[in-house]
Amino acid sequence: MTHEPPAIDARDLTVSLSARPTLRGISIQVAQGEVVALLGANGSGKSTLVRTLVGLVPAQAGRIGLYGIPLERFKDWYRIGYVPQRVTAVSAVPATVREVVSSGRLATSRLGRPLSRADQVAVGDAIETVGLAARAGENVAALSGGQQQRVLIARALAGQPDLLVLDEPLAGVDLTTQQLLAGTLARLVAGGTTILLVAHELGPLDGLIARAVVLRDGAVAHDGAPPVAAGHHGQPGHDHVHPHDPVSTIEQEARWLR
Amino acid sequence: MAALSLEFLQPAFMQRALLAAVLVGMSAPAIGTYLVQRRMALMGDGIGHVALFGVAIGLALGAAPVLTAVVVAALGAVAIETLRERGTASGDVALALLFYGGIAGGVVTIGLSASASNANLLAYLFGSLTTVAPEDLRLIAILAGLVLAVTLGLSRWLFAVCYDEEFAKVAGLPVRALNLVIAVSAAVTVTVAMRVVGVLLVSALMVVPVATAQQLSRGFRATLALALTLGVLYAVAGVIFSYYADTAPGASIVVLGIAGFAVVSALAGIGRTVRNQRRRPDLVEVYEDDVILES
Repeated sequence: MTHEPPAIDARDLTVSLSARPTLRGISIQVAQGEVVALLGANGSGKSTLVRTLVGLVPAQAGRIGLYGIPLERFKDWYRIGYVPQRVTAVSAVPATVREVVSSGRLATSRLGRPLSRADQVAVGDAIETVGLAARAGENVAALSGGQQQRVLIARALAGQPDLLVLDEPLAGVDLTTQQLLAGTLARLVAGGTTILLVAHELGPLDGLIARAVVLRDGAVAHDGAPPVAAGHHGQPGHDHVHPHDPVSTIEQEARWLR
Repeated sequence: MAALSLEFLQPAFMQRALLAAVLVGMSAPAIGTYLVQRRMALMGDGIGHVALFGVAIGLALGAAPVLTAVVVAALGAVAIETLRERGTASGDVALALLFYGGIAGGVVTIGLSASASNANLLAYLFGSLTTVAPEDLRLIAILAGLVLAVTLGLSRWLFAVCYDEEFAKVAGLPVRALNLVIAVSAAVTVTVAMRVVGVLLVSALMVVPVATAQQLSRGFRATLALALTLGVLYAVAGVIFSYYADTAPGASIVVLGIAGFAVVSALAGIGRTVRNQRRRPDLVEVYEDDVILES
């Protein structure tokens, strides 16, 4: 048994975006190589949680460790690939697919240096992975919504991260892209990449996810096997959440960690 | 014929004005591309207002106005960037106070100083061909060189920050520092452009070439390169025009730029329509996500 630190180790996070706390004492651990889905209804705090984990939202209480290093002192950002929740990837000034994806290499680039040969290869590979090689030189605005989402995913992949954090990658995306994305993630998982993704429903990702953390009202309501949706209209995070008491779940987890 | 057409090159002040125009024509769109990308096209305008106060201080103290303007404009730009970062509603009002305080304070200070005249004030507001002094030109060249070195040398980093600030943060980029670099570069550009274009129209030369270029290009670097080319073209043509027509060079440059924008927009619009009609199947593909709407 090796003692490699978890990719994500967050304890007792409290985040207040308004008067009412958005996250109420959440703890979540993601081991290296694990694939975890963060589920929950709108407003349950799942997006806030990932934004807190990557340092975009400050936590009022609790602590976050990435690869064993406290967030405040974490410097190895090249290890994290972040796909923010965006309605569109269109920019005010035109930008090509390749230009957007290239910014995924900056975490490892020295300030002011041009793109290296290795950077170009990684950018090309990332674009290829999401199936946009034929459109690499096109303006992002000329792509469909699903293709734009793929551009943002390719940008995160370009850095060849160890941990991929995706915030609602399936939102507003056509079925073709959903399936393509599932295939891409499966390949990354096989290669050892750790994945934390926020989703409303799992859809084609179902077979890939071994563990789901369900949030309700800013607390963990379930942590374990993905909830099984009853019927084709079933929605995890709504009616089919395992009725665990959130507090006891956290206690169980704390016991398990000791 | 050739002698006649190059007559504008004879006076020394025109040689300086044209050189300054080339420098301004490059540096203004270079920083303007990032401002447009960040949807802060009017930031240059605000800095211009503040810069006038810097000019006034220079005139009142008998110091080089370009030098005092660059200091005051940079301080103003940092203040603007700090307010933007906070992003509160009161910040919006604070920006307005800063802008109007800058221009009103500038006009009053120029009015109070001994060396002041209305012609002087107008020259700073809308640009003037004869005010580019030899020592100004040296300073303008250094500052323009700095702006170009930063905006072109750091283009990948500045693009990433302007395109998606949150992603840049998670990538570990020094986002705050890069934002301040953009703000201060914009301030420096304002002072570079001040002599020829004037503080009230500086922003136009930052934005109009970019707005024109993006009608024609597909990528960021291509837009940047084309905007620089157009900026030089407009600035030089505007200066020559104002020499013969005896108009304020800043206004002439901007009028030319906007005319260019109108022509390019019309042509680009026609081009798009023709292409779309020729390649009908493409339409379906582009809008594949909207299929639901039709069912």
